[in-house]
Amino acid sequence: MLSRVADNLYWIARYIERAETTARLLEVGARNALMPNIGGGYRNEWESILRASGTAEGFAEKYGDMVQRNVESYLFFDRENPSSIAFCIERARENGRIVRTALTTQVWDALNTAFQEVQDMQRTERSHLPLSTLTDWTTRTTALIRGAMLATQLRNDGYDFINLGHYLERADNTARLLDVKYYVLLPQVEMVGSGLDNYQWTTLLRAMSAYRAFSWAYGGEVTPHKIAHFFILNHESPRALISSVDGAATHLDRLARGYGKSSEPQTKVRGLVAELAEVQMDDIFEEGLHEFLGRMIHGFSDLSNAIHSAYLAGEMK
Amino acid sequence: MRKPVTPDFFNEMFDGASIRPPYQGIENWTNDMPNELRSLKQSEAEALFRRIGITFAVYGEGGDPDRLIPFDMFPRVFTSDEWRKLERGVKQRARALNAFLADVYGRGEIVRAGRIPARLVYQNKAFEKSVCGFKPPRGVYSHIVGIDLVRTGRDEFFVLEDNCRTPSGVSYMLENREIMMRMFPQLFQQNRIAPVESYPRLLKRTLASVAPHKCASEPTVVILTPGHFNSAYYEHSFLADMMGIDLVEGQDLFVEGDFVWMRTTQGPKRVDVIYRRLDDDFIDPLCFRPDSMLGVPGLMNVYRSGGVTIASAPGAGVADDKAIYTFVPEMIRFYLGEEPILNNVTTWQCAKDDECKYVLENLPELVVKEVHGSGGYGMLVGPKSTREQIAAFADKIRENPDNYIAQPTLALSTCPTFVQEGVAPRHVDLRPYCLVGESVELVPGGLTRVALNDGSLVVNSSQGGGVKDTWVLAE
Repeated sequence: MLSRVADNLYWIARYIERAETTARLLEVGARNALMPNIGGGYRNEWESILRASGTAEGFAEKYGDMVQRNVESYLFFDRENPSSIAFCIERARENGRIVRTALTTQVWDALNTAFQEVQDMQRTERSHLPLSTLTDWTTRTTALIRGAMLATQLRNDGYDFINLGHYLERADNTARLLDVKYYVLLPQVEMVGSGLDNYQWTTLLRAMSAYRAFSWAYGGEVTPHKIAHFFILNHESPRALISSVDGAATHLDRLARGYGKSSEPQTKVRGLVAELAEVQMDDIFEEGLHEFLGRMIHGFSDLSNAIHSAYLAGEMK
Repeated sequence: MRKPVTPDFFNEMFDGASIRPPYQGIENWTNDMPNELRSLKQSEAEALFRRIGITFAVYGEGGDPDRLIPFDMFPRVFTSDEWRKLERGVKQRARALNAFLADVYGRGEIVRAGRIPARLVYQNKAFEKSVCGFKPPRGVYSHIVGIDLVRTGRDEFFVLEDNCRTPSGVSYMLENREIMMRMFPQLFQQNRIAPVESYPRLLKRTLASVAPHKCASEPTVVILTPGHFNSAYYEHSFLADMMGIDLVEGQDLFVEGDFVWMRTTQGPKRVDVIYRRLDDDFIDPLCFRPDSMLGVPGLMNVYRSGGVTIASAPGAGVADDKAIYTFVPEMIRFYLGEEPILNNVTTWQCAKDDECKYVLENLPELVVKEVHGSGGYGMLVGPKSTREQIAAFADKIRENPDNYIAQPTLALSTCPTFVQEGVAPRHVDLRPYCLVGESVELVPGGLTRVALNDGSLVVNSSQGGGVKDTWVLAE
């Protein structure tokens, strides 16, 4: 397969995953804005939302005031923000157009329809588009695209590149989300059941659409320890780092097998798999959650670079 | 031949009050279709087109890059007898044009024999001296020849122009048929319509048949596109998909040693045949335009040493130039020893003083085109223009006469077409796509373009034209 085609497939999946994460963040922000603040007024969580999406600086420069409408504009509509939903959908569709022949009709249809609908929304009066409409549309659309990929794409090397993009973006997003909130999960501030910071944890769970899943998996009280475990080491959690890394490893193995040639990214991903299989939550807290997550984020970007130079750059080998 | 002042157009469906044979099978179909159903079907067709992403971007017009070419559901029909004649004529022309190219990049017999002025060939902008003396595999230069035809009477067909480089539009021929079959299956059960779906397979076979001698195994064929911003990008990806070959951009290819390679996830892979959909100027920055990012540096060296086949061959454009067009009947006699089956339209060359004088005196009745123009841009349709437009155009001709040719305003045939008020005759042309490789092939069909505006003679999609499905009835 052409390297450029593989590269585009990989990025389509990354953009779709990123759009979904952004939508979840917006949902959480809106929910938090409904929570009364202890000091009077309402909590302003928009800043941490923007920090989690890694776009706080760009926002401040362009919009200044951290109010919901601006954040919505920035995270949904702003085409200059590489994490905005409009940007991600547009890019995914553009990449899809470039590699039209590598996509099934159904996937292309889903991408193209999503693009047309974003364009319609851009032209719609904003008062007709409450935030919940925007976020519901996004999660539904990304699920549709991802579903079409899973259901209809040929299980060839292109499929592996799509999934690599998906898993890497997901791993990176989970790690970053956790990192923004890492301090609420530290054992020192553990105030179980106090209600004071409980909402911070539930925020995290909601952001990863895992609020109910968590209760099913653990039961009992919500504790930082459990939450961190759920998002890092629990195989059952679809957004846990270990699940994403395992997924990436599976597809890198498939590629290596299909091409009859082991690869550098395969080596790297196995390192990550091994570490996550071995490590215990206590070790992570001992190392420092922030330090651990930083190391993971670095590891993912290292892996992504290795995939790029092994397969996507089309270098002479 | 005197041209009537108000031309009497040949109607392809009606002969007075009676229906001509090819259209008898669809008379009931149109008569029985209520208006609501028609508009329902029309929007269904549009949705299908938009869904498969077949769109057309018009250069320089801005606006929606994903504009659809209007599709008219009323088919254009030929009998098998009519088609047989067209087929022989088109194939004859394609053979002659290739023979001409092989000749002018070789010994130049036709010029030596005084049949074509040397200046028109060797001073031609499209003449590519870097390929002189090099003979491409099977001596084929133009592998896909698009011949633009118009009809003016029962047995009168004229060739408007030849396209020897990269004629586009064949994806519409295929998609129009798909959509018609999907929407009106009963029409295809009641009429015996020759299928066109073998085109991609024939195209691939044609391209594989001209692989270089150095290619020892199954040749790797690719389509080279300028990229997804190109107006014909849909067609490029569609053809690649139908043929099951890679669609590459310049950046995907590189030259190493004696061959061209593409960058794949498994390392470099050798490429044997490149069906390029970009102009000569852009294919190799080392040989042509140094500022072009679209091509592949060093490609021409590999080509000239027989490491890769480029289709169409660089330099093939010299055969479809509007100034050379006049001499195609001469080529047919010279190379094939046959009489032309399809006629040329009388053409006046403004480069010649006496002809230019005639053109300037008769502008209101003529169609004037740029020698190198295409897409219906920069042309004057005399009978449809105002006095001011004609005067302005006359100045342009006087300024640079070499740049223009003129033809009589042809009485283009009409075909019934769905319009706002129902069904009305609209002018049509036809472009069949002839494949030249090991053998010369033509699928029974082509692209019918229709001028949707009442009275308009310009069928180009960039100028308000639409497309129709083209049927050839099986015997």
